[in-house]
Amino acid sequence: MIGNFLGVLFDGIAYGSLLFLIGIGLSVTMGLMNFVNLAHGAFAAMGGYVCVTAMNQLGVPFLATLPVAFIATALMGVVLERTLYQRLYKATPLDQVLFSIGLTFMAVAGMTYVWGPTQQPVRLPEFLTGQVHLLGLDLGVYRLFLIVIVVFVTAALVYLVDRTRFGAQVRASVDNQQASAGLGINVNRVFALTFALGSGLAGLGGGLGIDVLGLDPSFPFKYMVYFLLVVAVGGAGSIKGTLVAALVLGIFDVAGKYYAPQIGAFVIYALMVVLLVLFPAGLYGKKA
Amino acid sequence: MRNIRLRSSGLWAVLATLATLMVPATVVAAEPVKIGLILPMSGPFASTGKEIESAVRVYQKTHGDSVAGRKVEIILRDDGGTQPDVTKRLAQELVTKDHVQVIAGFGLTPLAMASAPIATQAKVPMVVMAAATSIIPTKSPYIVRTGFTLPQVTAPLADWAVAHKELKIRSVITMVTDYGPGIDAEKTFVSRFTAGGGKVVESLRAPLQNPDFAPFLQRIKDAKPDAVFIFVPSGVGTAVMKQFAERGLDKAGIRLIATGDLTDDNEMENIGAAAQGVVTSFHYSAAHDSPENKAYVAEMAKLGVRANFHSVGGYDGMHVIYEALKKTGGDSNGDKLLAAMKGLSWLSVRGPVTLDAETRDMIQTVYIRRVANVKGVWSNVEFDKVEKFKDPGVQ
Repeated sequence: MIGNFLGVLFDGIAYGSLLFLIGIGLSVTMGLMNFVNLAHGAFAAMGGYVCVTAMNQLGVPFLATLPVAFIATALMGVVLERTLYQRLYKATPLDQVLFSIGLTFMAVAGMTYVWGPTQQPVRLPEFLTGQVHLLGLDLGVYRLFLIVIVVFVTAALVYLVDRTRFGAQVRASVDNQQASAGLGINVNRVFALTFALGSGLAGLGGGLGIDVLGLDPSFPFKYMVYFLLVVAVGGAGSIKGTLVAALVLGIFDVAGKYYAPQIGAFVIYALMVVLLVLFPAGLYGKKA
Repeated sequence: MRNIRLRSSGLWAVLATLATLMVPATVVAAEPVKIGLILPMSGPFASTGKEIESAVRVYQKTHGDSVAGRKVEIILRDDGGTQPDVTKRLAQELVTKDHVQVIAGFGLTPLAMASAPIATQAKVPMVVMAAATSIIPTKSPYIVRTGFTLPQVTAPLADWAVAHKELKIRSVITMVTDYGPGIDAEKTFVSRFTAGGGKVVESLRAPLQNPDFAPFLQRIKDAKPDAVFIFVPSGVGTAVMKQFAERGLDKAGIRLIATGDLTDDNEMENIGAAAQGVVTSFHYSAAHDSPENKAYVAEMAKLGVRANFHSVGGYDGMHVIYEALKKTGGDSNGDKLLAAMKGLSWLSVRGPVTLDAETRDMIQTVYIRRVANVKGVWSNVEFDKVEKFKDPGVQ
């Protein structure tokens, strides 16, 4: 019984890690830049396609495709930010939503055209498949790997935003653009880099997610609810909040489906309602 | 904003004028038979649309684009696959504006159901090529279905599992996707399997939007049944198969049986070795051993598509329309076409089939298949079959 519970907890944490990896990029752009970027899932899907293409066409090993996916989507993010997104920084959230959802539709159509409508294959290296027997539990190796990645990504992000000069510039630019610009911070560059970071993280999450979530052109819409759920519950812009929210939602989703499969699918939505009633700005959100 | 709106309304005026100019021209010309083909060419079910559209093109390529002296014109519409009201509107437009004589396609059950009243009112045959819930043909007397039904392919599998005592499949957990066809499959499996003396320990239903199957599979693993019966729509199968193997359910001695959606031929390349030895039941396999099928698969491959079960629904749908036109001597009156379609028998690429005059569903062979690598291609290899099997309905 207790073994079952630990197993469920492990799967929940692993699933939460995946939610975190894909949601954190959205949290960054939405919270730090106040931009409602619903095309986030499209960046994630692009990351996935970069991985798959590099792996299957060019024969790059899976692990090596991950940084490639990060860089490629980050670059794409910069280009789109400079050409399109930056025009809408001062626009109303509704315009931003309309713009980014339009972009998503275009991305979906484009991906269907280029890669076709079917699921994309991903071959994990041998050492990432199967299960390991640890402390009386059978743990999926790939899920363990996801958790490790999340630990690293979180640590790196917290360090970047809280401890580095760039992080300070981002925080300053968000709080007061004019004053920051007056103090000599190149706000445009900071925003472009932040957007690139958010897009790159989406791409990384997309690449890591293929094995569990699959990858087809409808990916950006299929999982949009989950990204938004994580960011809304966690509080936009908070790395800690996104992590906690992703883990809580992941664990409850897995536990709900395991212990009460009849109602399991609704558990996370019920939880979202409760959490948002209690914390309207998200678990670690800024007070509006 | 205002400027754009003005411009677009101007554009509409031009288009409308063009349209009125063009209508008389097409009427005067050779009066083709028009088929309105509504498919999900975009959205999450775009692969279904692509398969059927390719099959329709292959049919016209191999059988000619005219029959009984009339040219057959396909008017393709994309319904996106998710909104029944969109499909219904497209069906209505095809009937009223384009004056089609047959509507065809229909990727999913709700889409077919929503469009059924249009067929009834317009007295136009509606050829359902993909949607697979049992109930569909009862929604309009003008519906004929050239695909299959979930109970039709599920029942033989339950019977097979019961009959083969040496496999020791006595207790089963069912896991289906929680929507029409999934529930049809679950009910059929449970009733057939328990009627045969087997025991269904638990029935799990996974939501349609389900990113992670881990909790369901873990629950199955911990319950240790002899086998698990799975139905998921094609496309989702890849994730399920991988996680099944990854989680070691096969090593725990749990046998996986499923309807052929799980090992969709179109997805087999992605699923690959994870599905080796999995037993499924279905009405079509791209590896079906007949000269007709080999030629068909080769033609589909030229369009860059690996033929799957949805495609044969489209291919045979075209066949039904062509044969009906032959029988009526080119008369495209809806009632006459419908009468000509009922009871047709032919040798399909899937094997011998009959379009049942009474239920307007296919009577066909259901095959039991095993996943194997045949000359480097992961395939569903047929090794047993139930001939002339009729949709048993949901009991």
